[in-house]
Amino acid sequence: MVDAAIGEDTVARPRRAATRRGLRHALKRKSTVAFLLTLPLILLITLLVVYPAAYSVHLATLNKSMQRFVGFGNFEFLFKRDTFWLVVKQSCIFAITAVVFKALIGFIVAHFVHNIPAKGQRKWRGMLLVPWVIPPAMSTLAWLWLFDPSYSAFNYTLAFFGIGPIPWTGDAAWARFSVILVNVWYGAPFFMIMYLAALKSVPEQLYEAAAIDGANWWQRIWFVTLPMMRNIIAITTLFSLIVTFANFDIVRILTAGGPLDKTHIFATWAFRVGIEGSDIPLGASVSLFMVPILAVAAIFILRDVSKRGNES
Amino acid sequence: MSRRKLNRRQFVAATAASSAVMIAAPYVRGAYAAGKLSMGFWDHWVPGANQASTDLVNEWAAKEKVEVSIDYITSQGKKIELTIAAEAAAKSGHDLIAMPTWWPHAHAELLEPVNDIMGPIIQENGEVNGTVKYLGQSGGKWLAVPACVGSQIKGPCTRIDLMKKHAGIDVQELYPAGSPPKADSWTTETFLKAAEACQKAGVPFGIGLGETTDSVDSAGAFFQAFGAELVNAKGDVTVKTDAVRQALEFYKRLIAALPPDVASWDDASNNKWLVSGKGAMIMNPPSAWAVAKRDAPQIAEQCWTHGFPAGPKGRFAPFLPYFWSVWSFSKNKEAAKSLIVHLSKPASIEKMVVASGGYDLPAYEKLTTLKVWQEQGPPKGTLYHYPNPYNHQTLSIAASPAPPKIAQQIYAQATMTKMCLRYAQGEKMETTLAWAEGECEGFMRS
Repeated sequence: MVDAAIGEDTVARPRRAATRRGLRHALKRKSTVAFLLTLPLILLITLLVVYPAAYSVHLATLNKSMQRFVGFGNFEFLFKRDTFWLVVKQSCIFAITAVVFKALIGFIVAHFVHNIPAKGQRKWRGMLLVPWVIPPAMSTLAWLWLFDPSYSAFNYTLAFFGIGPIPWTGDAAWARFSVILVNVWYGAPFFMIMYLAALKSVPEQLYEAAAIDGANWWQRIWFVTLPMMRNIIAITTLFSLIVTFANFDIVRILTAGGPLDKTHIFATWAFRVGIEGSDIPLGASVSLFMVPILAVAAIFILRDVSKRGNES
Repeated sequence: MSRRKLNRRQFVAATAASSAVMIAAPYVRGAYAAGKLSMGFWDHWVPGANQASTDLVNEWAAKEKVEVSIDYITSQGKKIELTIAAEAAAKSGHDLIAMPTWWPHAHAELLEPVNDIMGPIIQENGEVNGTVKYLGQSGGKWLAVPACVGSQIKGPCTRIDLMKKHAGIDVQELYPAGSPPKADSWTTETFLKAAEACQKAGVPFGIGLGETTDSVDSAGAFFQAFGAELVNAKGDVTVKTDAVRQALEFYKRLIAALPPDVASWDDASNNKWLVSGKGAMIMNPPSAWAVAKRDAPQIAEQCWTHGFPAGPKGRFAPFLPYFWSVWSFSKNKEAAKSLIVHLSKPASIEKMVVASGGYDLPAYEKLTTLKVWQEQGPPKGTLYHYPNPYNHQTLSIAASPAPPKIAQQIYAQATMTKMCLRYAQGEKMETTLAWAEGECEGFMRS
């Protein structure tokens, strides 16, 4: 009995010591430390992103009263609705047009800011970032007043030149223009700041070499600046495309999807169907429809980025 | 170790004695002996109106020894609908919650039936109007109790001076304060002529054709005046009827006499239209008049709230009730019901209506002639006909009598205003009807 007890203890002690040593080794490994440091973030993302995403997938498979599993029934229903395809079309128009203009304006403004002497550049950078740092719901309210159907400040000003009144939010084409304009106004500073950072990292020697080769302004941009910024442009475009596709506040506040559903995008129509129409599963299905579109865009853009990474 | 044995006699005696003590002892209730109750009420836009509800709840809580907590939830940004949806999904939240129009039906399976309290409340306050029955009942079961707080009629609010000057109509004569309406001549045809006259004079009627509730409610009442139903009570799609065609023709003429931007109007646009003095009439509860009283008193003095014009099938006015409902997962259903009974007492209702300056409307027939509506002004009596005291118009909601779950989709998607706009913008009548039919068929899913 006693012998057995001593024997067990002698076997267990080195095992415990070995475990402690193993733990110490594991903790010393960089990857373990990195994992432990990111663990809170992983848990947070699981809680705030993975769970809601999984829950919305679950919701999208239920019937209207959320009591019966219908599989892809909600999607089949949506595919037969004209309004749904109108929303798909409008979401694409909205996101692609807005991202193109944001990128273009961001690129041009970034060049202007880059060429400002360092002393005054900080002020300009700060001022140009203002639209991006104001909560969009707040700034869109100001735009709403500017576009107000009856008391538009724009129309008031245009009237002095004998123009208008323009139905900024009352006519389908103008309403689309208005929501895209506000989105561009809000999002262009993000592109500007990213492009500015990219411009600053382009080695000056490349421009000097191009100048020696006799490159003009356009050739310097086309053959030096753009290739050096390609990855930043791709990543920024992808990020902005995702955010713009999922936009809600600007359209909701400015037009609420009207007139005649002509400015609805995925998020606003999902809200209309899911919350205002008490059809949560259908609303979830509408918002989930963005996932495959964005996934395809992400695959193409990221594949391009990694291909260039491997080449370099 | 000795052990005392308990014999049968001693056991019986001890039990009897302790039972007697328990029965005879006075029942001592703690401060919150009847538990806790949480409630989510609609956050009133009238300053101070929430206080009346708080006072009534506290008064009841003190009497019933219940610990209460009240959340006032705004309807701005659909916050109250979002809260309801979240609580329904989580099956957790407030014990008692205020639900607007369609929501009791939307969550019928999750609501505690309130038949036991509705009977006595109706007995005391009088019968409820048809819209409340339509929205609050399912299969003979009361899903919720109509709340006066937030309930409203969206009738015409007319500029007395402009209407008299440009259309030759004296609305005070049609709807005299203190006596029944003499509004037989107030028909959809008269209304159209008045709209055209006011438009010519540069003060058009301000009736929205957007996708928010004010626009939808007006269209709903006019459709009903023509007997136009998109889906009937049985759930059949009835878009392609003469009544719907007549309603669309009426709206086409009306739109021509409205401001050109009505397609983009929201619920604030018509209020601004009236307060700015640009228009001769809007369809709204007295909130616009109340704002005018504060910001443009000279305009408020000329406002008169009255009934809808009658169409070929009758006179209908949009009534939008709020309900107090008890979740089936509530932990204190009895206390919630007791509080609703207290809030539905005539004295409580009067207190809440007065606090709202006459904006809130009880749904009970004995409570449409409170003093507050007679006294409000200027001009005195401006709200006299607001609560429909002579029942001269049928209180209804847009998209009824379709089964509520279908009607809610028609309402939320603003199908009627979209039809009117499409047709007025030049689309062929049959194309518009075919589009609406397709939409309604889509709303049938269960």
